[in-house]
Amino acid sequence: MAVSGLIFIGFVLTHMYGNLKAFGGHDSFNEYAHHLREFGEPILPHEGALWIIRLALIVSLVVHVACAVALWRRAAKARSVKYVVKKSKASSLSSRTMRWGGVTLLVFIVWHLLNFSIGKINVQGGATDDPYNLMVDSFDVWWLTAIYLVAMVALGMHLHHGTFSAAQTLGLTNNDKARRNAKAAGALLAVVIAGGFSLVPIFVLAGVITK
Amino acid sequence: MKFTLNIWRQPDAVTAGKIHTYELDEVSEDMSFLEMLDVLNEDLNAKGEEPVAFDSDCREGICGSCGLMINGEAHGPEVTTTCQLHMRSFKDGDSITIEPWRADAFPVVKDLVVDRGAFDRIIQQGGYISVNTGAAPDAHATPVPKDKADRAFDVATCISCGACVAACPNGSASLFVGAKITHLGELPQGQAERDTRVVNMVAQHDHEGFGGCTNIGECTAACPKEIPLDVISRLNWDLHAALRHGK
Repeated sequence: MAVSGLIFIGFVLTHMYGNLKAFGGHDSFNEYAHHLREFGEPILPHEGALWIIRLALIVSLVVHVACAVALWRRAAKARSVKYVVKKSKASSLSSRTMRWGGVTLLVFIVWHLLNFSIGKINVQGGATDDPYNLMVDSFDVWWLTAIYLVAMVALGMHLHHGTFSAAQTLGLTNNDKARRNAKAAGALLAVVIAGGFSLVPIFVLAGVITK
Repeated sequence: MKFTLNIWRQPDAVTAGKIHTYELDEVSEDMSFLEMLDVLNEDLNAKGEEPVAFDSDCREGICGSCGLMINGEAHGPEVTTTCQLHMRSFKDGDSITIEPWRADAFPVVKDLVVDRGAFDRIIQQGGYISVNTGAAPDAHATPVPKDKADRAFDVATCISCGACVAACPNGSASLFVGAKITHLGELPQGQAERDTRVVNMVAQHDHEGFGGCTNIGECTAACPKEIPLDVISRLNWDLHAALRHGK
């Protein structure tokens, strides 16, 4: 769970960076998207590196979900009779919402791939063969931007606890200082990644990024 | 002081239980929580009713017998054991819900009493060091660095009360196992069996039906001995090391 989680952190960090190319305008964004397909050539075939990354992400997803399901089932079996009254004393909201937050992210990812990758759905009915224009057309729609922002809240919360939890699982937080650092890293990654992702849809909706 | 007590009553391990409500008056704020229950039981005895069964032994916060879930908090609102909790921690007229530890690995025996034998079986899988008995060795025969001795002692204060399991949303006993692994792992005497200890104790933990840890941290907040969450990191580190060593 921890290792697949760290792979996802690496992915969302680079994905977020790539999205910021939208601030460079139409050509900058599309050139980046196109370059992703040529990355690694000529040693690798066309889209070779992209498929290696996709494969790694799919394997990570399967591992991550399988671990989550196993933990969820174990937890349900470990306490079949619930408390009448149960308080949360010290845990963060993000640590207690990892499971439903994760389900939310999974549903979002399915939509996100339909929107921009597999399906290329333009809710405004416009052209879909131009990544930049599809992106602007999508985020010009307020409710679509709202869905993405809600998903980014879920992502931020998942990263906030997930980063610390991964460090614990890998045995890297064996003292107070390391534990505080891991928690701070989680908070930092959550703000940078979820915040960075949110910039583009907000600025499209605000009319700063336009076709 | 006057209290409304909502207490889990369950006649035995197989019969379903439910919450019963009792009114209790003239409770002194200087009474411990268990003394308050003693007063209730005297009342129930006088009325010819079955007294509430609960575990207690030392009543000085060191044996770990007396854990109760009090208003949704393991051992109640203070950082201490149930026996060292006093009624001054509550307000006059409060309604107090008292439940047993809830974990399938800790089956209810009666009312508020649970069987924590699962912890004993985990300890039997490696929560010890194997040494020949006989004359005590010289005190300076095995030097232990001060920081390691301190840490080993701090985590050795775990009294196996089970509050970590009771508070954990996953019903995991990782804080308990982590405390034992860290305690023995910090000391030179614990090194010979370090790898097999962690593998066998974790296997027994899982076999008993405790849940998996997701590092939420409710355990350490409920722990009357304030065992820190980093013992779970140590547990994971030692487990990875043991698996690398082929154990």
